[in-house]
This record gives sequence, structure tokens and C-alpha cells, in this order.
Amino acid sequence: MAPVATPFFFYLFAAIMLIGGILVITRKNPVHSALALIVTLLAQASVYLMLYAPFVAGVQIILYAGGIMVLFLFVIMLVSIDRSIRERQFNSQWVVGLIAAVALGGLFIAVYMKGMSVFPEHALSVIENDNTQNVASMLYGQYMFPFEIASLLLLVAIIGAVVMAKKRI
Amino acid sequence: MESLLHITTLHYLVLGAGLFLLGVIGVLTRRNVVIVLMSIELILNAVNLNLVAFSRMWGGLHGQIFAIFVITDAAAEAAVGLGILIAFFRNKETVNIDEVNLLKW
Repeated sequence: MAPVATPFFFYLFAAIMLIGGILVITRKNPVHSALALIVTLLAQASVYLMLYAPFVAGVQIILYAGGIMVLFLFVIMLVSIDRSIRERQFNSQWVVGLIAAVALGGLFIAVYMKGMSVFPEHALSVIENDNTQNVASMLYGQYMFPFEIASLLLLVAIIGAVVMAKKRI
Repeated sequence: MESLLHITTLHYLVLGAGLFLLGVIGVLTRRNVVIVLMSIELILNAVNLNLVAFSRMWGGLHGQIFAIFVITDAAAEAAVGLGILIAFFRNKETVNIDEVNLLKW
């Protein structure tokens, strides 16, 4: 199916993502930040769909917006945020941090201005159907070993999280 | 104008760079650990966007596979980071990152 009005939807979702990102880093209340981050993640899932990556978009919604953000909201509920809302929101090195970030932005602009011609004007056409099947057969074939290592990583993370959060081991 | 209306890989990369910058600003300037962790999620998402955009550019699926692995890492990182945050809050009753100075001498 040919995409319709690609520029319009690209700029719409890009604007939602960037506004959500700005809200994440400026809100006082972490709950508001988490909700803004969910909006950003959902808009990014839409951008994945525009890039013909439906499986990654689904994983993004289920795992990020559904799993990780619930974890964040639970932890916000567990720690008391009343005190930190009333205090100042930026750390004492925020000027230096902002300067470093602006320098990084200048670097990005310089690199993209210089390397603009490297990227092809037209994206290659990809097979639109069977995306999930192809991803699965690559995960269980060519990427079998990294896939297993990812499961080991998750196991270690589970053990680490339980050990950290438990009162006495 | 023509280059703005014709969406190419570069547009996605610029969007990813913007999101990455927002995440970096959040990590470097915010004081609340929860928001710092959320900014790290923003950074990882910017990387994912670049990976999927390159995957589209080359017509393969390797970039998408890598994006899935990065999402796995993000889940592990969030779990461990929030576990550390809970342990820290239990000891110090604060979530401010500049009060985390036990290893400072």
C-alpha cells in the first residue's frame, strides 16, 4: 500500500515527539514527565510504522509504553516526591551541562551539514508484508547467539533489581 | 522547500538527533533521579530511531533487530536503575542526584 501524505504525518509525529521530549525534561512532577514520555513513545511507534517496521512499533508500544513506563510509575509511587517537587529542579552544574549539550548540538549540525550528500535521495523499496516473519527467522537464525545473551542479560537484570530493592537479603 | 516536503533518511536522523539532544540536556541538568532515568530512555529511543531509519535506507532488517536488542537493554537498565533508586531512597530519603555522594571524597 502506498503511503499517503508522508510529509504531513512525519512532521506531525516529529512535533509530538519533540514537544513530549521537552515536557519530559522540564516538568516538575515526575508523573507528568512519565505521561509526556508515554506520548513521545507512542508517536515514535507511529514513526516506526512509517519506516515499515511494524514489529518494532508493536514492541515499542507493548514493552516501552506498556512495560517500562508502568515500572517507572510504580517507582514514582514508592518514593516520596513531595519534597523534591518543592526544591529547585536543576542541579548545581546545569550551566556547564547546558553548554556541553549545546556543543553536542553544534557537532550534530556540523556533521549533518557536511555529510548530507552521503544519504540517498530515495529510500529503497522494502518488502512490506512478512516483516514479523522475517524478523523472527533472523532472530532465531542469524542472531541466535545474541538473542540468547539478551535472555541472560534480562536474567541478570531481574536478579540485580531484586537484590537492590530488597530490604534484607 | 522541495527538500522539506520530500522525506528522506536525513529527516529521520535529524529528528533522532533532536531527541538525543533533549535526553542529554535532561541527563546533564535535572536533579531528580527518576527524570534522569527517563532522559536516558529518550536517548535510547533516539538511537533506535536512527537504527530503524538506516534499516529502511539499506532495505534490510538488521537495524530493526538491533533496535529490538536496544529495547531489551533499555528494559534491563530501567529495572536495575529503579532498583538502585529504591535502595538509595531507603537509605537517604531523597531522590536528588546531587545528594548521591557516598563515593565522593
